[in-house]
Amino acid sequence: MAETKPRTLFDKVWDAHVVEQLPDGTCVLYIDRHLVHEVTSPQAFEGLRLAGRKVRRPDATIAVADHNIPTMGRANGIQEEDSRIQVETLERNVVEFGVPYFPILSPQQGIVHIIGPEQGISLPGMTIVCGDSHTSTHGAMGSLAFGIGTSEVEHVLATQTLLQKPAKNMLVKVEGTLGAGCTAKDIVLAIIGKIGTAGGTGHVIEFAGSAIRALDMAGRMTVCNMSIEAGARAGMIAPDQTTFDYVRGKPYAPKGEALDRAIAWWSTLPADPGAHYDTVVELDAAAIAPMVTWGTNPEAVVPVTATVPNPADEQDEAKRAQLARMVEYMGLTPGQKITDLKIDVVFIGSCTNGRIEDVRAAAAVAKGRKVAPGVRAMIVPGSGIVKQQAEAEGLDRILIDAGFEWREPGCSMCLGMNPDKLTPGQRCASTSNRNFEGRQGPGGRTHLVSPAMAAAAAVSGHLADVRELA
Amino acid sequence: MDAFTKLTGVAAPLPMANVDTDKIIPARFLKTIKRTGLGVHLFDTLRYDAEGQERPEFVLNQGPYRKAEILIAHENFGCGSSREHAPWALLDFGIRCVIAPDFADIFHNNVFKNGILPIRLSREICDQLMEDAKQGDNARITIDLAEQVVVRPNGEKIPFEIDPFRKHLLLNGLDDIGQTLQHAPSIDSYESKQQAEKSWMPGISV
Ligand code: SF4
Repeated sequence: MAETKPRTLFDKVWDAHVVEQLPDGTCVLYIDRHLVHEVTSPQAFEGLRLAGRKVRRPDATIAVADHNIPTMGRANGIQEEDSRIQVETLERNVVEFGVPYFPILSPQQGIVHIIGPEQGISLPGMTIVCGDSHTSTHGAMGSLAFGIGTSEVEHVLATQTLLQKPAKNMLVKVEGTLGAGCTAKDIVLAIIGKIGTAGGTGHVIEFAGSAIRALDMAGRMTVCNMSIEAGARAGMIAPDQTTFDYVRGKPYAPKGEALDRAIAWWSTLPADPGAHYDTVVELDAAAIAPMVTWGTNPEAVVPVTATVPNPADEQDEAKRAQLARMVEYMGLTPGQKITDLKIDVVFIGSCTNGRIEDVRAAAAVAKGRKVAPGVRAMIVPGSGIVKQQAEAEGLDRILIDAGFEWREPGCSMCLGMNPDKLTPGQRCASTSNRNFEGRQGPGGRTHLVSPAMAAAAAVSGHLADVRELA
Repeated sequence: MDAFTKLTGVAAPLPMANVDTDKIIPARFLKTIKRTGLGVHLFDTLRYDAEGQERPEFVLNQGPYRKAEILIAHENFGCGSSREHAPWALLDFGIRCVIAPDFADIFHNNVFKNGILPIRLSREICDQLMEDAKQGDNARITIDLAEQVVVRPNGEKIPFEIDPFRKHLLLNGLDDIGQTLQHAPSIDSYESKQQAEKSWMPGISV
């Protein structure tokens, strides 16, 4: 393709996957990797079966069960009947359609967005989809990765393509150096606080700037993971040496000379000078404090040093009503200090913060301390590999000694589909990505924070500024 | 998928912004392996109390709105997860059209695949329609997809935009996969080209 116009990272990955452009601009877009899990796939496989269709590229597909599975005593099977049926259905479907599958008891099993990069299945420059909105996580590799619905899952299984129109380009530039105690999670929460939960609608966000470049791959994944919480279709970060070093040696990544050829292409992907972005947003990393959400969408976020906002200060009537509803649901008083909020539960895990780096950050805070009386603190590694690695480093001991529950990998209390749920009124410091009403269990109250902040809350018994624990 | 041509029905007013997919259908109801039967759990937490009793103040528990076919809401409708259970629950309840100032992207994609029409109209017009909707059974709203208009109870026609390709699929109840498979030769040649140019890309097997 003889393109002369300067292109963004998104433009380049998009262009490389257009199979055909239809007259109205809709594209048949080729999909390199399709990740499948138990909750959003049963109806898709059923659709294939009814139409007598096959999976076009089983070798570009990987399946794993993560959302529903218990995070304790898994070897004894799944007790909840409907969850068990869903997992068994996936297991039957992968056999029938010849799709590669990481079984529940294998170390490769884990949250779908953790295992893709970890196994080298998600690579730079690829198009990656999954029936899950947090597929945006894989964009940290420099790929175009986005969530799809079940009809589209079926579409990809049958055709290895999707019908799509290109998104708009948004550039979010974070320059400068993060302060002590601040992490990738705080960056992305600050971004969502700035642009809002619909700020990225219709866009693919490219995260750039020195603060993003300085993040390790785990941090970049945390940032891209939550792009969807800003309404964006996907988030991406240009591949660089950090990316290439990460990919090297991963089980399914290319090796040797093949890797060299891959890197040669990946190195051409960063945006050309002068490439056009429809929207540009800039943030100063040094101004970002550890962040805490106080309300029931991720845009309702403040620095840990702040107080609960007063809805009465809002001019717009509809917004004022929404804020008031959030304050009520969350059981808060306007003007109350965030650090005065007592917590009942701490959840460390999820595809946002369930990687080994996150476990290390939690263990660093927990070391030599104890979970406060009355607090239930659980840590759920994102994959079997993360769990093994943490155990090899002795992190599980540190956490268990401090009073944390050390569990088996899965989505767990991120969405409360398995037995790990909040009970009505319980307040939770969570490293996951959504604080919607009832997300972690009916009536549960979620405060989104980084792993270090979650651990700080666990040992303090209330939301706490991790910088004061150092 | 059922074709969508013209619809006249009761519209339920839901004056809320950021109605997320957990509100539309909480995660605990996603453990089904079917597409049907989710209608009773649509808006579960808003619709029922902790004992499972209907909350009389919620719109879908009120007389005419129990049969609503149109839903009118505020900004960023359908934000959150990619779960297609959200459109399935709407459809199973009987909703064939959602009108809002804007929609979250994945949800917007998903509703089309299920024969539900999402219509974007300005907040101001949504608020007018919301007032109409409050008249319940006495104020039916008509959606004419071919003409691309919403007809208010007073006869006023409000035009709306829709992607022509999606309009075509909806009007004819066409299955996307069937459409795409017409391009199978292009997909074949793309794959051969990719195998040559990106031979570094490994296949997955376990
Ligand atoms: S960890 Fe949470 S957000 Fe991530 S895939 Fe699982 S349920 Fe979805």
